[in-house]
Amino acid sequence: MQPIKQIRSRTVVMPAANIDTDQIIPGRFLTTVTKEGLGRQLFADWRYDTAGNPKPDFILNRPEAQGCEILVAGRNIGCGSSREHAPWALQDYGFKAVISTEIADIFRNNSLKNGLVPVIVDDATHAWLLANPGAEVEVDLETSTLNLPNGSKVKFPIEPFPRYCILNGVDELGFIQSKEAQIAAYEARRPRA
Amino acid sequence: MSAPKTMFEKVWAAHEVVPQTADTPAVIFIDLHLTHEVTSPQAFALLRERGLKVRRPDLTLATMDHATPTRTEQVFGGAPISIDSAAKQIRFLEQNCKEFGIDLFGLQDPLRGIVHIIGPELGVTQPGKTIVCGDSHTSTHGAFGALAFGIGTTEVGHVFATQCLLQNKPKTLAVNVKGRLRPGVTAKDLILAIIGKIGVAGGTGHVIEYRGEAIRAMSMEERMTICNMSIEAGARAGMIAPDETTFAYLKGRLRAPQGSDWDAAVARWKQLPSDDGAVFDKSVEIDAAALEPMITYGTNPGMVVPISGRIPDRKGEPAFDAAMQYMGLTPGQAIQDAKVDVVFVGSCTNGRLSDLRAAARVLEGHKVAAGVHMLVVPGSQEVKRQAEAEGLDQVFKAAGAEWRESGCSMCLGMNGDTVPKGEYSVSTSNRNFEGRQGVGARTLLASPETAAASAVRGRVTDPRELVKA
Ligand code: SF4
Repeated sequence: MQPIKQIRSRTVVMPAANIDTDQIIPGRFLTTVTKEGLGRQLFADWRYDTAGNPKPDFILNRPEAQGCEILVAGRNIGCGSSREHAPWALQDYGFKAVISTEIADIFRNNSLKNGLVPVIVDDATHAWLLANPGAEVEVDLETSTLNLPNGSKVKFPIEPFPRYCILNGVDELGFIQSKEAQIAAYEARRPRA
Repeated sequence: MSAPKTMFEKVWAAHEVVPQTADTPAVIFIDLHLTHEVTSPQAFALLRERGLKVRRPDLTLATMDHATPTRTEQVFGGAPISIDSAAKQIRFLEQNCKEFGIDLFGLQDPLRGIVHIIGPELGVTQPGKTIVCGDSHTSTHGAFGALAFGIGTTEVGHVFATQCLLQNKPKTLAVNVKGRLRPGVTAKDLILAIIGKIGVAGGTGHVIEYRGEAIRAMSMEERMTICNMSIEAGARAGMIAPDETTFAYLKGRLRAPQGSDWDAAVARWKQLPSDDGAVFDKSVEIDAAALEPMITYGTNPGMVVPISGRIPDRKGEPAFDAAMQYMGLTPGQAIQDAKVDVVFVGSCTNGRLSDLRAAARVLEGHKVAAGVHMLVVPGSQEVKRQAEAEGLDQVFKAAGAEWRESGCSMCLGMNGDTVPKGEYSVSTSNRNFEGRQGVGARTLLASPETAAASAVRGRVTDPRELVKA
């Protein structure tokens, strides 16, 4: 994992509420055995017509969305399945952070594990972001703040441990492995069925 | 005396290998890791990259269900699997299980089935266990008083390598269900009503405990239907206290404790229910006796109405307008006026024997309406055998429905079993998201009874009109 400290980018805004994981990456694309290439299928049913051509009015197909690394979504993004293919697809496409007022648990967890930064903001900040698509914002992980071009600095919640992992580009497996002695001790005292 | 504890707190405390600190999540031991072909390949790849083994293959169990074919000739007859990439995932799981020493219920195994159906069926799902799977409907197993939740593929890799998981302690939400369900109203209707009430994000960050008279009166199959859809309310897990119903279900199952181990296990399990006076972070109440059969009309499971009701009129709300446009339905219309093209009975929500019996009872003596395609897919090969022994398959076939081998099938349409674009499907599964059952498919979630009745009439139908009580 690459360390991430700040992400500075224009935003792409998708105001729909409850964007579920079946929209982010439809089930029929899950028959893959690797993580690579899923960005092509990101939001496939919204992004392409039945012949596979990009729909010109969908936001990701518009010129102003090209190169944006921050996605602003409506309330409760990521609800639905546990498929990690959802953050993989967003990252493979080029997103580095997702902003909403609510982010579904498993999706948020999966995002953190992959260094896709989930940013939860209050309603007023969210309303500002929705009203200003394409605004140049900064997600500063070192201070856990979202910096808006109007000067406001909005703190967002992120647990210290995943934050440390993303800032330093280290993964969580190593941490669990460092607890080997405790795991072995637990196994020894664990009741058997 | 120590403070009264919730069931969740007891199970959590019993599995803490390293407690949570201000800076780090807890390390939790996992008693049972279920795995399937879709969310495991990248986790096995991680093991290989780092030269790691599966730490506890004895606590790991694999099946294939999501991408597997349901046509008999493809499962048993050697006919090629229609989707190449699905066939490849199946082969990968076979190779991975062999290489890492994991017990696999493979494509032709008589005990194969949907992962959340076979865990209980085999008796490996037990009260007080921590159970995870790379699948959000792992919440199903909470019906036994287990702490069971879905994880992502990175975490699947963590559990493979260490049998542990990093977790922040969730909060608790009590859902108190007063009274009893009326005849013709099912567990599926109750959970849809609960989701309608608290919303699709109502349980976010919480573990739900379902309590109260209606829950206590339920069979294990019904409790599984309830816990299954906890994730549709945003909760990662749902739990129901184990009781005599739970013990009776598990006793004698292939992998349940036997002999004196059984007695010791039951004694442990009896300690699990929440203590009197235990405090939940939140609670909600719902009156079971006031409920009717429920059905969804929109594109998330919280968009639900009683079957005699009308689609609400919330024109001007973007999410509502988008759902109406996708569904091709009209605000304010009676839901029973909605036509039906496809009916799917199956999935980990409603693919158990009791569900098939319920659908067959409604169908018996009727025909599936002209132009309606009805697909019945048992949740496991064991369910299939039992249903056939009772002649349920004959009822389905005589009515004009298709009868298949077990799997997830049309619940998520990964194996090619899909609803055609624009068609209406009454489905006993758990998600009505856009495209869930196929590109452009329009899904209405309901009970097996409502699904069967709707197949007969070719429009959304209250099953109580077809079955005399
Ligand atoms: S039946 Fe549906 S919800 Fe259940 S595990 Fe399979 S795909 Fe998931």
